[in-house]
Amino acid sequence: MNAYKEENATPLEYQTEENQMTIVGFWIFLAAEMALFGTLFATYAVLFGRTAEAPPPAELFTAGTTLIMTLLLLTSSFTSGIAIHEMRRGAQKGMMTWLIITLVLGLSFLGFEIYEFYHYATLGATLTSSAYWSAFFVLAGTHGVHVTFGIGWLILLLIQLKQRGITQVTSRKIFVLGLYWHFLDVIWIFIFTGVYLIGMVI
Amino acid sequence: MANQSKNIPVKHIIGYVTSVVLTLVAAWAALGSNLPVMWIIISIFALAILQAVIQLFLFMHLTERGMGHAPWNMMFHGAVVFAILIAGSLFTMSFGFM
Repeated sequence: MNAYKEENATPLEYQTEENQMTIVGFWIFLAAEMALFGTLFATYAVLFGRTAEAPPPAELFTAGTTLIMTLLLLTSSFTSGIAIHEMRRGAQKGMMTWLIITLVLGLSFLGFEIYEFYHYATLGATLTSSAYWSAFFVLAGTHGVHVTFGIGWLILLLIQLKQRGITQVTSRKIFVLGLYWHFLDVIWIFIFTGVYLIGMVI
Repeated sequence: MANQSKNIPVKHIIGYVTSVVLTLVAAWAALGSNLPVMWIIISIFALAILQAVIQLFLFMHLTERGMGHAPWNMMFHGAVVFAILIAGSLFTMSFGFM
């Protein structure tokens, strides 16, 4: 197994300078992602209520589905954190197990989102039906695309981990993916609050 | 060495439990309480920001050694840009500053 033994030693993914730079670079990417989602939230907020002929959000949003999606994503964020913890203990099997649980939760979230979009479309709210619904689908859809990308990334990394085990390179990749996954959940908190809860209140 | 700390780290459990509680409180405030709409909006956004901060610190290793203050700087400035974009757009487009 790996050289990483003590709790207080520098984690494997930070041990080379290149890895440290990669991780800092990823934080810069996440800051840029915040700006991207900021523009989408701003568009959504400005276009709120401009539903034209389409049904208003309060008629379509349901508390049950929204809460299930939120809890699925929140739990997957938690399990990916546990996977990083297992990785730092050098426990490859535990890490793989938690990553697969994360993957399943992510896929369930995505399934609910696809069902939700399809359901809205059958009720007359699509990307083209009004300014409000365009903003909604672009905001929630961009988040959904990020989750889809994260799932693909995770599957590829699981294959690589199976082949190579926990090394300096793979541990850095998993750590960065973990950051990405947590970040998606942070964005979702604001979609849950700003889009779904506000949409059901007003 | 693989078994020296079998437990799930306390930080993550605290982060997860508080996040679930904050989510449920926000949902209750929005859907179950009879607060005035303005108070609902203010309180659920306060809960969302609190939850985001909790997750950044407890899940995302924001203050971890080995990278200086870069992650903290990135998230702080990202949040500032995020807030300016939304508040500025609403101010100019929705609240009559035409």
